[in-house]
Amino acid sequence: MSSITPADVEVGAKGDGGPPRRPGRVSLGGLSLNLRSSGIYIAFALIVALFSVLTDGALLTPQNISNIIVQNSYVLILAIGMILVIIAGHIDLSVGSVVAVTGGLAAVLMVNMSVPWPLALLITLLAGALIGAWQGYWIAYFGIPAFIVTLAGMLLFRALTLTVLGNQGIGPFPDQVRTLANGFTSGYLGNIGLGALGGADLFSLLVAVAAVAGMVAAQWRSRTARQGYGQVVDPMAVFVLKMAAGAALILFLVVQLARFNNLPWVLVLLAVLVLAYSLMANRTVFGRQVYAIGGNLQAAVMSGVRVKSVVFWIFVNMGVLSAVAGIIFAGRLNQAGPTAGNAFELDAIAAAFIGGAAVQGGVGKIVGAITGGLIMAVINNGMSLIGSPSERVMLVKGAVLLAAVAFDVWTKRRAGAAR
Amino acid sequence: MTEQILRMSGITKTFPGVKALQDVNLSVRRGEIHAVCGENGAGKSTLMKVLSGVYPHGDYEGEITFEGRRCEFGGIRDSERAGVVIIHQELALSPQLSIAENIFLGNERARRGLIDWNRTNYEAATLMKRVGLRENPTTAIADIGVGKQQLVEIAKALAKEVRLLILDEPTAALNDDDSAHLLDLLRGLRDEGITCVIISHKLNEVTAIADSVTIVRDGRTIETLDMRADQVTEDRIISGMVGRALDNRFPPHEPAIGDEVLRIEDWTVYSPNQPDRKVVDGAALSLRRGEIVGLAGLMGAGRTELAMSVFGRTYGVHITGRIFKDGKPIEVRNVQDAIRHGIAYATEDRKRYGLNLIEDVKRNISAAGLPGMSKRGWVDEMREYRVAEEFHKSMNIKAPSVSSVVGQLSGGNQQKVVLSKWILTEPDVLILDEPTRGIDVGAKYEIYTIINRLADQGRAVLVISSELPELLGLCDRIYTLSEGRVTGEVPRRDATQERLMHLMTKGQE
Repeated sequence: MSSITPADVEVGAKGDGGPPRRPGRVSLGGLSLNLRSSGIYIAFALIVALFSVLTDGALLTPQNISNIIVQNSYVLILAIGMILVIIAGHIDLSVGSVVAVTGGLAAVLMVNMSVPWPLALLITLLAGALIGAWQGYWIAYFGIPAFIVTLAGMLLFRALTLTVLGNQGIGPFPDQVRTLANGFTSGYLGNIGLGALGGADLFSLLVAVAAVAGMVAAQWRSRTARQGYGQVVDPMAVFVLKMAAGAALILFLVVQLARFNNLPWVLVLLAVLVLAYSLMANRTVFGRQVYAIGGNLQAAVMSGVRVKSVVFWIFVNMGVLSAVAGIIFAGRLNQAGPTAGNAFELDAIAAAFIGGAAVQGGVGKIVGAITGGLIMAVINNGMSLIGSPSERVMLVKGAVLLAAVAFDVWTKRRAGAAR
Repeated sequence: MTEQILRMSGITKTFPGVKALQDVNLSVRRGEIHAVCGENGAGKSTLMKVLSGVYPHGDYEGEITFEGRRCEFGGIRDSERAGVVIIHQELALSPQLSIAENIFLGNERARRGLIDWNRTNYEAATLMKRVGLRENPTTAIADIGVGKQQLVEIAKALAKEVRLLILDEPTAALNDDDSAHLLDLLRGLRDEGITCVIISHKLNEVTAIADSVTIVRDGRTIETLDMRADQVTEDRIISGMVGRALDNRFPPHEPAIGDEVLRIEDWTVYSPNQPDRKVVDGAALSLRRGEIVGLAGLMGAGRTELAMSVFGRTYGVHITGRIFKDGKPIEVRNVQDAIRHGIAYATEDRKRYGLNLIEDVKRNISAAGLPGMSKRGWVDEMREYRVAEEFHKSMNIKAPSVSSVVGQLSGGNQQKVVLSKWILTEPDVLILDEPTRGIDVGAKYEIYTIINRLADQGRAVLVISSELPELLGLCDRIYTLSEGRVTGEVPRRDATQERLMHLMTKGQE
């Protein structure tokens, strides 16, 4: 295009030929993996394998899998909201207290005031939104760091819980709420035999087959569309391998659940939330703007992103999800208690960081946060199965959190050094 | 005078997969100012990091001989003990600490583990006098300007009894006065026997101050020129840097100027930090379609402040004045308004205000135009990809793919991503703030070509630049700004550096 060709200069300066080094990638006979983004899934698989061996397979029995999901659902729901907060470069320390106060509110409405349960749930969710809006206002529009606002919120909403509940537990909840939190889908189509595995719920199995088909179809469509534009995609072998692994995971999970008590309702809820929020994060303008704000706040402002409004809504969303978790938690215990949700914020934050969120913001995935939460859940469950004392469980969880973030920092430093 | 204080020979530094330096040789004579020139990415900074021990011995091949001894620096402390001090482009000062504390940071004047404050402040004052810094030693760094901060860095080096001072782009952030003062100071230090190695893109400074110039290109030393023996011109250095004669630094352009598209009248902006200080004072300017207009002014004249306040009030308080778009008055209260009215602003600080460095090319390009390629809040990802691919080709962005992370591109290519982002919003007016800052000579030519193309598409382009030759070579008309006021409007045929400089320094009468 001109007498000057800067291409020569720049390419030459970076060494002649040869692909640029990709830090944090390993190559295994043509298969290459990005350690920074896939490491978490590999780690999860290893931890599951480790505890299956240590517990002689007790970890993966139908009932135990069901327990892990039901017992950790509320932390996983919180993790979905928390990862968005962290991607935007903020933090929320108040979620445990918000879980308590919304659970308390739901109990007061349903038990003490006999409000019909659907209306009570709606009011509780709105209350969660209001709490989020309160904190979002101080953070986004008043400019107080989220750390401070939500630390204050942690105390405020715990105090509010104690006031609402009068320092005692309130229960029991209506059956519908308990079913949502603790129950299972009923066998709409009856059972079928699976040979040596015994009977399993046909409806659950059909859901699983539909889920696998949906996943493969969606991934295939995205792959062909990308290819159509000449984008680099995984080689066919890797694609098939990934799909097979995903399908095996879903089928294994559902078959085990179908053999026990069918699908837990919270799992259905969780699946819907994960799908919806993943789409939101990747495919909507709002989701993109969350990443833009966390990646470079100033650049987002100068690109016309309404930063204050986006941050505000992230916290409103966190409030609503905390209310969902609050209802599930209270429903599961069949009682709203003053100490509910204690230290949940720490579990949710740990899940997000183990799941690959960057400390500076701008990086993270919904599925990553869920995986991070499951890693902690499996460690908890597996160690209690082998009879480890709780202090040892805590020790291991702390070490895993530190190791996960250290790994993230390490890969980033290597990436920086290669430049 | 011919005695060598430093010899680096056969230096090769390899990053995994990339040879940053290849068999580089550098000889510096005692008591001279030695400039190292080269395009961005040529390896200048890497070479200086090898010399100062940032990359420890064993991390590179080759030999360093300093003051007749072979050196194997294991880190910065080793090199500083030997008397080699490097001052990086980004100053390493602690903003809340005082000048004196910064001067002796890591080198504290202490007695039995306790800081001797009297001695600290007294010695700091002595050093400050030596570098011509008239401030109180106890003033906080945050309260003095960048030019003075640079002097603090030099005082800090003097405190370490420096014998070889390395300066990486010392005047990049300085205005002309501060630059001139700094260059005088370096001459003074040379006369005191301190040897300087200076990396600079400003070739006029190099020709003015350097005794020798070593040119680095593509990780190799090309030549060392003796400035005292030969007549070395800027063009001579440039041809060494790019490896070819640079007969034409600006692409030819025949403007097709149309109607007025943007007019700003009586524009006044106050500083957000000192709300009683006018940063822009009653400025008025107009831009026409197809026209490239320059905005010249010294550092602190209010160029960026004027541009940013127009661009959705992203700078300043108590902003008053009128903006007319195609003759009709408009309100631009925020960036969204600006984008809607077809105004785009590409910042002077790409990394801070322009790009999300951890994100890929594609998503950076779509960052401002995203609402335009989405339906009911859902992004059309394939369209986003297609658009990014188009810019990848048409702007000649050198990235392996549009999914490459922007932080790993060179400055010139990052700038092309920023320009793509704004072109995507289909602006009628583009304000480009220092569009070629930190970009090497070859890529500059490409940016100029893009600017010409934008004007040919019927857009108005306002170019803010500190480099007068750039404005003279590129613009159809040039406004000058001094102390927040528009002091002149010069058409291309009447514009000379002297005339512009005269207008840019015109004070308040």
